[in-house]
Order: sequence, then C-alpha cells, then structure tokens
Amino acid sequence: MLEVKNVSLGYGATIVVQNVSMRLEQAEIGCLLGPSGCGKTTLLRAIAGFEPVRAGQIDLQGRTVAKVGQSVPPQLRDIGMVFQDHALFPHLTVGDNIGFGLHRLAKTERAARVQEMLELVGLEGMGQRWPHALSGGQQQRVALARALAPKPSLLLMDEPFSSLDTSMRESIAREVRAILKQAKATALMVTHDQNEAFAMADNVGVMARGQLMQWGNAVQVYCAPATQDVAQFVGEGTLVHAQATAGGQWQTALGLLPAGHPHYTTAQGVQVLLRPEHVRVAETGVRATVRERTFRGSHFVFELELPDGQPVMAKVSLNALYGACEHVHLALAEDC
Amino acid sequence: MSAVDHTAPAHRWRGFAFALPIALLTVVPLLAVVGMALTPQPEIWQHLWNHVLPRVLGNTLLLMLIVSVVVLAVGVPLAWLTAMCDFPGRKFFAWALVLPLAIPAYVLAFVQMGLFEYAGPVQSFVRDVFGNSRWVPDIRGSLWGLVMVLVMAFYPYVYLMARSAFLTQGHRSMEAAQALGYSPTAAFFKVALPLARPWIGAGLALVLMEVLADFGAIAVFNFDTFTTALYKSWFDLHNIGAAAQLAAMLVLVVMLLLAAEQRSRSAQRFHVSNPQQHRVVLKGGSRWLASALCLLVFAAAFAVPMVQMVAWSLSVWREDLNSDYWGYAWNTLSLALMTAGIATVLALMLSWIRRRHGDGLTSWTVRLAVLGYAMPGVVLAVGVFVPIAWLDAWLMALLEPWGVQTLGIIKGSLAGMLLALAARFLAVAYNATDAAMQRITRSQEEACASLGLGPWQTLRRLHLPLLRTGLLSAFLMVVVDVMKEMPITLMMRQFGWDTLAVRVFQLTSESMWQEAALPALAIVLVGLLPVILLVLQTEKTPSSAG
Amino acid sequence: MKLWKTALCVSLVGAASLAQAAQPQAVTVYSSRIEALLKPTLDEYTKQTGVKINLLTDRGGSLSERLAAEGASSPADVLITVDVGNLWNAAERGLLQKVDSPTLNANVPANFRDEGNRWWGLSQRERTIFYSADRIKPEQLSTYEDLADPKWKGKLCLRTSKQAYTQSLVAMLIAKHGVEKAEAITKGWVSNLAGDVFTNDASLLKAIAAGQCDVGISNTYYYGRILAKEPEFNKTVKLFWANQGANQGGAHVNLSGAGVVKHAKNPEGARKLLEWLSSEKVQTAYTHGTYESPINKKAEQDPIVKAWGKFIPSPLNAGDIGSHQAEAIKLLDRVGYR
Repeated sequence: MLEVKNVSLGYGATIVVQNVSMRLEQAEIGCLLGPSGCGKTTLLRAIAGFEPVRAGQIDLQGRTVAKVGQSVPPQLRDIGMVFQDHALFPHLTVGDNIGFGLHRLAKTERAARVQEMLELVGLEGMGQRWPHALSGGQQQRVALARALAPKPSLLLMDEPFSSLDTSMRESIAREVRAILKQAKATALMVTHDQNEAFAMADNVGVMARGQLMQWGNAVQVYCAPATQDVAQFVGEGTLVHAQATAGGQWQTALGLLPAGHPHYTTAQGVQVLLRPEHVRVAETGVRATVRERTFRGSHFVFELELPDGQPVMAKVSLNALYGACEHVHLALAEDC
Repeated sequence: MSAVDHTAPAHRWRGFAFALPIALLTVVPLLAVVGMALTPQPEIWQHLWNHVLPRVLGNTLLLMLIVSVVVLAVGVPLAWLTAMCDFPGRKFFAWALVLPLAIPAYVLAFVQMGLFEYAGPVQSFVRDVFGNSRWVPDIRGSLWGLVMVLVMAFYPYVYLMARSAFLTQGHRSMEAAQALGYSPTAAFFKVALPLARPWIGAGLALVLMEVLADFGAIAVFNFDTFTTALYKSWFDLHNIGAAAQLAAMLVLVVMLLLAAEQRSRSAQRFHVSNPQQHRVVLKGGSRWLASALCLLVFAAAFAVPMVQMVAWSLSVWREDLNSDYWGYAWNTLSLALMTAGIATVLALMLSWIRRRHGDGLTSWTVRLAVLGYAMPGVVLAVGVFVPIAWLDAWLMALLEPWGVQTLGIIKGSLAGMLLALAARFLAVAYNATDAAMQRITRSQEEACASLGLGPWQTLRRLHLPLLRTGLLSAFLMVVVDVMKEMPITLMMRQFGWDTLAVRVFQLTSESMWQEAALPALAIVLVGLLPVILLVLQTEKTPSSAG
Repeated sequence: MKLWKTALCVSLVGAASLAQAAQPQAVTVYSSRIEALLKPTLDEYTKQTGVKINLLTDRGGSLSERLAAEGASSPADVLITVDVGNLWNAAERGLLQKVDSPTLNANVPANFRDEGNRWWGLSQRERTIFYSADRIKPEQLSTYEDLADPKWKGKLCLRTSKQAYTQSLVAMLIAKHGVEKAEAITKGWVSNLAGDVFTNDASLLKAIAAGQCDVGISNTYYYGRILAKEPEFNKTVKLFWANQGANQGGAHVNLSGAGVVKHAKNPEGARKLLEWLSSEKVQTAYTHGTYESPINKKAEQDPIVKAWGKFIPSPLNAGDIGSHQAEAIKLLDRVGYR
C-alpha cells in the first residue's frame, strides 16, 4: 500500500537518495536501517511529504502522492508521524495532544478516541497531565498515541527511540510493535540501531550511501546480506579473501565454505563474510594471534589476526580457558 | 514545511515577495535619505570638515568609549551579584535595578542638570556650608555629567543581558572552573565572563545604538555629537543635502553596531536550566558592600531622580495640571498602543514569513525590515516625512479635478507618525517575537502537518498559543519605547497631538526643570507598568535573553 | 417607533452638518513662539471670533524646514517666529505669501515689516547686557564688543550658539564690522566665559545672581518674567542698555513676527488673525504677559518694561540679520563657541 518507485532525492547539487524502490503491504511494519547520512531519514520525510522528489514516484493507497514537480502536501496524505524529539505541544495536556489531529470529529467522539488511545499505549488516567511532567518513555508513547489517533493509513517513525535510555530501547520497541500490531497499523520506521530494527520490523531495508542495498526479513538480512555494505553494517564479522573452487565452494585461509555463503566482489578481490559464530577455536587449525577479547555475557568474542594479517572474529564459549593465551588455533564452525 | 520544489522559480521569490512590503517601511526612508544625500554640497562640507566634524567625531567616539567602559563596569558586576550571590536585599535589587528603563535619558538628564547646576540645590547647599562650591565640578559642559546620565539610563540593557547569561551558564561554568583548581575570582574572569561575552556584547551594542541616536539628553547638556551636527546642517544652515549625508554616515556606523549585536545574538546558546539553587552567600564586609553598590546605583538611577521629580511636580502641579495634561497623557498612550499594535502584527508576519521561507533572500529582506532601529529618530523622521509629503502632493494633484481641497489624506492623519515609529521599533517587537518563535521546533510544525493541519490552522493552533507571551513581551516593549520616544514625535506630530515627551522637551528647552518634572513623572509612571510586567516575564523564563 | 428614531437621527445629523457649515474655517498656526506664551492669546481670539486655531510649536529652523518639505500639502496657514532672521529667511525661501492688508501696514511701522508684504513684526524684544549689582558698576560696561576685552576674563555668561538669538546678534556684528572683526570679538567672548554656555537665558540670569559669573547677555523679556515672580530680583541683577554711546550702534533689537504661509488653505482667516494680533488692544494684552515691547505704536508697554527706560535701539535691518545668519553660524563654529 506504500510503493516507492525509483525515487531519488537531493538538495541542490547533492544526491542524497538514489533510485530507491520498495513496497510496504497493509499492516506490515518496515524499517529503514543504516548509518547516519545514508539517506534513510530523507526518504522517510519524502514519504511524509516534507521533501520534494527529484525523480521517481511515491504511491500511497494506490494514489500517487509525489512525483517530480508535483506533491501532495503532508496534511493531505493521511499519514501519521512520530518524531525523534517527540514534538509534543507544551501548551496542551496529554489528552489534548492526543486529540490534536481529531479536530474533524465531534467532541464526544474525540474524547472516546482519546480514551481509546490512552488505553492502547498504557497511559490510562494520564490524560490531564502535562507533557513536561512525563518521563521520556511516557512522552514517546504520547507521541505514538497522537500519531495513531486519526487512524492514518501509514505511520512513519523517525528514530523514535533514540532519546530513550539504551537499556530500555529494545523492550520499548517490542511494546510498540505489539501496539502497532494490535492497531493493525502499517508503519515504516527509520533507525541506525539494528537491535531496534530487528525487534520492531517485519521487513528491514538496509541503506547505505543513498541506496537501498537489501530489503528482507531479519534472518535474511543477517544471514544472507546482499552486499558488502549490508554485511559490514548488520551484525559483526570480517571479510576474508576467498577463492572459488571448481565445485562452487569457497576456499579461505580457514577452510572451505559452502557455495551459498555470502560472498562479495570488492576492491580487494573476492571476499566472504565470516561472522564470529562461523569461527571456532579448535585444537588444530590455523594459528591466529589474539588481539582483543570482549565479554558478551553468554560468551566471548575474540578479535584475532591470521598469519597473513587478515582480521577474523571468533565466538568463544565461557568454558574454554583461553583467557591468557596469545595464540589459538581456528577452524570453521557450522554454517547458519 | 510542505514539499514544494524549492528550486522552482515561482517559489524561490515567495518569501521575498511577502517580506518586501514590510521591509519597505524601513527601505523607503533609507532610500529617501540616501537620495537626498547624493547631491554634493561642497561649500558646506568644507566648513563641516574643517570646523565641525573633527570636534564632533572626537566627541562622539569619546562618548561612546567612555560610556562603554562605565556601563560595563556598572552593569556586569551588578548582574553577577544579583544572579550568582546572596546578600541583603538581593531579591529586591534583582528586579529594581531594571526600573531605570522606565526613565528616558532626557528626563534623567534634566533632573541631573537641575540638581547639580550652579544655581541648583546641591551646589547651593555646598556653598551654604563651605562658602564656595568651586571644587564641585560644573555639570554644565561636563562630559562626565553626560556620561553618568547615559550610563544610568542605559545600563539596564547590559544588566539584563549579562544577568541572563550568568543565570543560564554562570553556575555550571564556575563549578567546572573551580574543579580545575581556579579560585572564584580567577574562575569569574577566565571562564564565566568570556562565556557571557555574546550576551554582554549584544547589550553593549544596544547601549551604543541608543547613545548614537540620543537627542534629548545631549541637548540638555549642550554636548556636540554627530546628531547635533546633523541638526545644525539641516535646521540652522538649511542644507538638507549635507544633513542627509551626515545621516547616511551615522546610519552606517549604527548598522555596524547592529551587525555586531546580531552576531553576538547568534553566538548565544539558549539553555533551559534549573533555577539557581546554590548561590554564593557573601560573608562579612562583602555582603554589605554588595548591598551598598546596588543601593548606590538604584538610588542614582531611579530613586533620587524620582524623588526630585515628585518634589518639583508638587511645587507646580496646582498651576500646571489642567485638562491639557489628560490630553497629553491620552495622546501618549494611544500613540504607544497603536504603534505597538502595528509593530507586533508586522513582527509576527515577519517571523512567520522567515519561518516558512528559510532562503537567504528572505533572510536579508527581514533583516532589512528591522533596520529602522539603527536609524536615529530624526533621520527616520525626515526619511518618512519627505516621501509622504510627496505622496500627498501627488494624490492632491490627482484629486484636484474632483475639487478635493483638503490635503494630507495620508499625512493629515497620524499615518505618517505611526509609520515612522513602527519602522523605528519594529526591531524591538521582532526580536521578542522571533525569540519566542525559535522555541517552537520544526518537528512541532511538521507534527501539525502530519496530523492534517494546513499552514493557517497550524498558525492558529500551534504558533499563536505558544507565541502569546512573546507577543505580549513585544507589545509591551514597544509601548515603553514609544512613550519615551521624542525626536520622531516632535518632528512629525500634527497640531493638537503633543505627547508628554514633547511637553518635556519644550519645557527643558526653556530650562524650566520644575514644570518639566510633571509630564516627565507621568511618562515614568505610565512606563513603570510595562517595565514591571517585563521584569516579571523575564523572571519566569531566565533562559530567554530579553 | 422606528420612524421616530430615524427622524431624530436625521435631524441630529442635519443640525450637526448645518452647524459645521455655519462654523468659520479653522486657522492653523506654526509657531516657534512657545505655547505657554502664545496659546492664551489665541484662545482669546477663538473666544471672540469663534474661529478654531490649530497650533503647532517647534524650533524656528525645524518649522521652516517642515514647511518647505510639506510644500503644497502643508496644513499651515500662519507662520509665527521669534527671530527676525528666521522670518526673513522664510520669506526669501518662498515660504510666505504676499498679503495686501492696509490694516497690517497701518498697525506695523515700516521698519518692522517686510517691504514685499510677506511678514509683519508682532512684538519687539532686545538682547542686552545684564550684570551683578553687587560686583559690577554700570560705569564698567559699555558695548557688546567690549565684553571681548580680557578684563572680563572668567566673568562672562553667554547663551549657546545653537539659539537663533545668539546667531542674530552675531549676524548684526558681522553686518556692522565685517566677518573678521566679528570673529575676533566672538573669540574674545569665548575666552572670557566663566563656565559652559547656557541653553536658556533664565538660567543665565539666575547664574549671575548666584555668582557663577558677573555679566552676561540675555533677552529682556526673560528678565521681565523673573521680575514678575520676584520683584526684588532687580536688586541682585540689573539691566544695562548696551551700545548707547555715539556711533556705537544701539542695543540689539529683534522681532517676533508672522506671515501667511504660501500654500495656506485659509489665507483669509490667516490675514484676519494677523490683523487682530497687530491691533492696539491685543498688542497691549499680548505684550503685557510676555514683557516685550508692542509693535503697534498706539499700544501700551507693560509697566515692568516701561521701568527699563528708553534706549537707543540698533536700526533693525531684517535683511542684514537674515542674510548673515548662515555666516554667523559658521563663524561661531570656527571660534568654538558652543
């Protein structure tokens, strides 16, 4: 129901988003993930109607809302938006904030809807409070309720959790996902935090340098990253040289990888992705120097250097007593 | 705000097109003055160059320099004391030290002159006690007398700005500095003061602009500055060309000050900080020293002049206070209210246009529109007067065939005066309005759009409610300024439209201090109300730099 | 009921407009004579004739610039000034119109009016020497020029050069002695100053009384005004008619006068006002409150003024004073007389 067709965006001579196409189905939650400057926010704002389109077309609910030289203003696009700084109205109570977009409804209807939204986001009884008296998390929920109240066909969220404590983000993301699913809302979120993305979205689009590199669900994006950028942005790991064998497998310094393993043609030649879980410490194998040890709670992640100088990462269980070792032997683990 | 293609030619000019009519308010007088300044005046320039300008320029620069030093020496320490320390009477002085804003410089001038002149009470008392008063410096022709008057009149600008800076940043910076091993004094000079520099700079620029534009106080002291040379060329030597040339030079200097003030403003960082919780509690001798200092300044700048004015008024009110005075008061108030209304509406429009169209051309046009503040009253008056007289004459010629005899379709009404006053004080209203506008974030505006509100609805439901205090602030500040204003009102008023300020000027020209005290007192009393309201406002939001 | 109300309204409006039509047209006066001195007289005119007078007061120089800028759309009908130089310059600039009024010409002596019938004097004032009765003997005084002598060092009080009266006095000196000598005289004055110049004659006279200086130059009517409030003032400060000796030129005389503005909307009303102001009865009342001398020879001087006695006036030459005013201003700048 949201269709972005070959959209390019930019300011002046700079191109910020290049030829991006994606679809979002009804009641689907999507997420645009990428580092800062990749153009994800600009794309979101273009969908909202705050940025003009340089090339391509944006369709909402089957009608074209943005084309070159033509644009439906945001107030007529039937969208809802949650902003990074929440943008609550300080001169209105929580209830009035939520009811702000409901000016076309009759008073009783409006009050009922506001009550409904308060319950949906778990803020019953707080309708008379003032925004400045709320915690960050509560403010964020008010912003969400306000955006959802007019039942928009598409909800857009611009880094909605970035102003919250890191420890809370994932759990709040899951809560918001539950709220959106309950409301059967179609939503598109933008974030640079992959944990949020994976917790919230049905489908994730990874963007880099203005281009959409891959669009798919969490598992696809993690296990089969389509490009080198995706591979390096999502999850952890390093790229090592590989050579194709006659059977389509990949020969690396650490051993053989199956044919379907993520591989990329880079400036350094063909490389494959090795995540920590692909590499294990063994009795025998390639001798590597331990550079860094990071504690992850359930396991360690070692950063190592191969004899040829390539960096690799390995997942090491807590039981193994490699704490003080300078050198370990590495082998490949099972694939994912 | 909405996704219009900003590169399309039609849109690019929209902001400029909307802002230009408002900017014309200042541009037209400026062009009129420049136009008149373009005729070369060799013989008069010879005289000006050889005999008038050197002294006048020297005087003006000297005055600006000395006033700067003294006003900083007065305003900044007072701001520090009331913002950061605790001493007896602090709460009172914090707001009381702003009250001198209600007293125009020319009123302070004649009060001081009346008090300290040879035949005045102070010197007479000294002569009675000591036999002669030769050691008391003669206030007439005294540079220091004028400096003290200007400092007393304008230090609140520096005081308010510095105070705002210290309230928002002082505490934190002092703590950081002291943690690094600085003593409190060193911390003040090395950290707190430099951080406050943009604020203080903006306040100082305002003071200097007022000094350059001043006409009344300087007239009382018979001091020769740029403005006097301007007056002499125009009214005495009847050479409007030379006067316009001097005016153009004056405007240039003031514009530089304005640019400096704007740059200072942009260097300011606004924080919303918690109200001061820990104050440096002064002990022993310094507590009383602080109180004494505040008391001294308050007395000199407000209490003593007020007492003297009341005393003088009491001696003459029976004869002088007649129905005319209600007329003057009414004229003063209605003029102030009308101008404030116009200026506030225009300021809102400008702020709104600037918000919606962020392009450079619009920005410059808005900056042009508020330039009126830089033009001294008399310059603005002549710049408005001449085009309107021309317009009137043209209109009359047009309507002559219809037998319309009566003139002044535009000028005959208050329009001319209102236009000149609005042009002069638009900057004041705009600064207050725009400061409030800046606190509304773009995402709040976009949130409104995402909730289905068009631009006008957003203006009505988001901007206006949030701008209410800012607009009130703007309105009040213009009211105070118009009530104190004198040159434009003097020059452009129609018969029967004398204001209190005009009365004061006419009476002080005749050195009739006592009689002048009555209208002066009226100005101050009426002006106190908005000043107090203003003080209450800035007390509520210490993060806003007035 | 409604009809009754409408009829009432209509008749009220009709009556009002009739009253308007019956009212004589107002006269607008631009005056550099201060309101306090002029308004009572003008109010009297309104009482007698029913003609409303709109009054605007301002400095002489500003008024003529304003008239020039306003041009044809000026609301002014009458220009009243307090300095003959200003008046002469206004006429020369074409701001005043020629008026044929035998009454005015009869009331105002020929040497106190414009030969082109553009302006008429309405009252006469003199600018002469005043001295401290305790410290100075009249024998020590003689002329304005003498005050430049070093023997007066530190004893002289003068008014600011920004005022038209000072400018006219110096213009007279220029007309009499030429620029160079006038400049020397003025320089001498400046070096004899006891303190800074005064913006007002009243404070100047008070300063002489208080002892800040011993001698000064002031307009006579300020003296009169103080005397009216403090009759004993003439024991402390006394008047001296300057330049009374042979070939010394006589005391400096100035005029307050008026003319009809070029683009007057109500020239008839203006003329009538001027004629009234110059009439014998009005002249008496007019100058009795202001301590000037009436221009109409038939009118009576105020007793205070009479008490000052007769004196030899300098022959008033408006052209002389008016045409040299600009030169006087520049001269004053050159010698540093503020």
